[in-house]
Amino acid sequence: MDRAETDVSSAAPPVRRLGLRTRLRSGPGVRRRSARNATQSFTITFITVIIVAAFLSPLLRSFTMSIKNPDQNAQVDGPLLPYTAASYTYNGREFDVYQVPFPDGATRELALIRKGRSSSEFVDPKDASQTLITWQGQWRSLTPAYAFDPQWHNYADVWEQINYPRLLFNTLAIALIGTLGTIVSCTLVAYGFARFRFPGRNLLFVLVIATIFLPSTVVIIPEYFVFSKIGWVGTWLPLLVPAFFANAYDVFLLRQYLLTIPREMDEAAAIDGAGPVRTLVSVLIPQAWPVIIAVSVFHLVYSWNDFFAPLIYLSTNPDLVTLPVGLASFSGARIAANPGLIQAGTLMTMVIPIVLFLIFQRFFTRGIVITGVEK
Amino acid sequence: MTVITLPRRRPRSRLARTEAKWGLIFIAPWMVGFLAFTLLPMTATFIFTFTNIALDQKVPLSFVGLSNYQTLVSDSDAWGSLGVTLRFAILALPINVLLPFGLALLLNSRHLKGSGLFRVLFFMPYVVPFVAGVLIWETMLNPADGWINEFLRVIGIAHPPDWLRDTTWVYPGLVFIGVWGIGGGTIVYLAGLKGIPTEYYDAARIDGAGYAGQLRHVTLPLLSPVIFYTLVLGVVEVLQYFLVPLVLNQGTGEPGGSTLFLNLYIYKNFFTYQNIAYGSTMAWFLFVITLAITLALFGTARRWVYYAGER
Repeated sequence: MDRAETDVSSAAPPVRRLGLRTRLRSGPGVRRRSARNATQSFTITFITVIIVAAFLSPLLRSFTMSIKNPDQNAQVDGPLLPYTAASYTYNGREFDVYQVPFPDGATRELALIRKGRSSSEFVDPKDASQTLITWQGQWRSLTPAYAFDPQWHNYADVWEQINYPRLLFNTLAIALIGTLGTIVSCTLVAYGFARFRFPGRNLLFVLVIATIFLPSTVVIIPEYFVFSKIGWVGTWLPLLVPAFFANAYDVFLLRQYLLTIPREMDEAAAIDGAGPVRTLVSVLIPQAWPVIIAVSVFHLVYSWNDFFAPLIYLSTNPDLVTLPVGLASFSGARIAANPGLIQAGTLMTMVIPIVLFLIFQRFFTRGIVITGVEK
Repeated sequence: MTVITLPRRRPRSRLARTEAKWGLIFIAPWMVGFLAFTLLPMTATFIFTFTNIALDQKVPLSFVGLSNYQTLVSDSDAWGSLGVTLRFAILALPINVLLPFGLALLLNSRHLKGSGLFRVLFFMPYVVPFVAGVLIWETMLNPADGWINEFLRVIGIAHPPDWLRDTTWVYPGLVFIGVWGIGGGTIVYLAGLKGIPTEYYDAARIDGAGYAGQLRHVTLPLLSPVIFYTLVLGVVEVLQYFLVPLVLNQGTGEPGGSTLFLNLYIYKNFFTYQNIAYGSTMAWFLFVITLAITLALFGTARRWVYYAGER
């Protein structure tokens, strides 16, 4: 293959090749092909835009629900955005506002003051003199005028009702302490697997990988049993302590990365008299920071989103639960009452993981790639 | 080539012993964790299956032989919940494996402009807390004003299903709820696609292969390890599925028991009925099923998973 290419280029003098290429660029066949390419690009990009819009449309749905009150949410075929029927106070009483068509073709928004069968009396809210306008026609045929009426207070309400600051503190504290434990323990273990030979190393590493595929159901029952016997249920300990004993995913990720760092650097440090710990801290960790960031973000997001462990270990003590558990119990308790509050709470729960992801998305995706492709 | 015979066991030098010592020290956290949080609990679960252990031990603790297993064999709810899990798996597993693959092919297309932005957008919901995702998709699937049914009505389906309250449609409904997790698999497939040398495609084109031919003879074989990995993890995941119904309807199994998944039934036995012994028995049952299917997949791997380095 390589040789064939070399032959072609040596046979054709550079000048002629240049001329050939220029001719190809401007030739009618090429123009047709690039036009076809442009059409293809447009079609495929357009289709992808549609798919991604559909894929993310639930976010829009959730957002529009989150700024509506129960009445606005209950309207079937109601408007997308929160609108409320407009009203106007006239002589101390509230009157509904309608869109009133006039014979000259104009439509005015008027408050219906006196209802009549064939003619009704209106007043124009914009008219300071508030003179009554008589309109001929059946008022029942008129469409009511809507005013944009977003319920931003839903966010403040749910903040109060689920005690968001408390849940936020719990979630953050558990995520940060767990992340610290994960980074320290997984870095040590990955270093052990990447740089030292010891009997049974390969077998042990296969065991590490095997635990990725282990269904957690088979270990949770005795874990819960023991944790409840030693009084850890209702505390953060069952969520925090295991993080300090490494996990298969992150060990694998860190090990794969450490293997790509040339050994010569460790050896140079060793010659300078650095012990294994010093080599790790001053040679390897400074070079492994991209994967350490990836592992941190992984664990933060994982811990933030974890539902089952906080549910079973913390539910007995509502002051200690995390955002997802608080959100689930909030929605379970009042799903029929106010969907707007539930959606506001939902969006408030996902803001931080999404922001973290958008900031660190490069590290994040690279981490997934290493675990998925290299296995 | 001359055959060099090495002594079977070289006396290990002091240097090697020091190295081994340090290696074991560094992996100690994992070893302790593996013993404490995997091996011992697994063994304990197994031993529990032969006892009458309960969270609140009312009758004296004793060995009961195989009676938990006998209960399991005649427990129609357990078999029913296994049926629920398998029915859902047959629908969800192919979608969870193939949809990210299709999306990765689309995102990898050289005709797509701005693929980096699309990648971020498709991946973003992957980090949305799962509870939040369930609560959002629940409103999307609302039969009266959910956007899925609104869309179906627009394209002419007058009576779209009541997804989450219909014993048949609840499974596709649950698949919808899971679709936001597609990003993880897509990124893995994408990386696999980027790793395929373009020479292979050039060679296939020269041999007259069109898009379908290249997909069939270049992309699929070279991506088969990634497909295999996604499939195995997908099997483990789908057999343990239960959290979404737990959030949707507090684990009641509604509608009509169609969401009483095996794992949900296990946790109900454990947490609601506090029956550790029977919960453990079913946990092992689930573990053995998972292991059997996983091993069977590894057995078939030799026939269809292609590792470029081998042979």
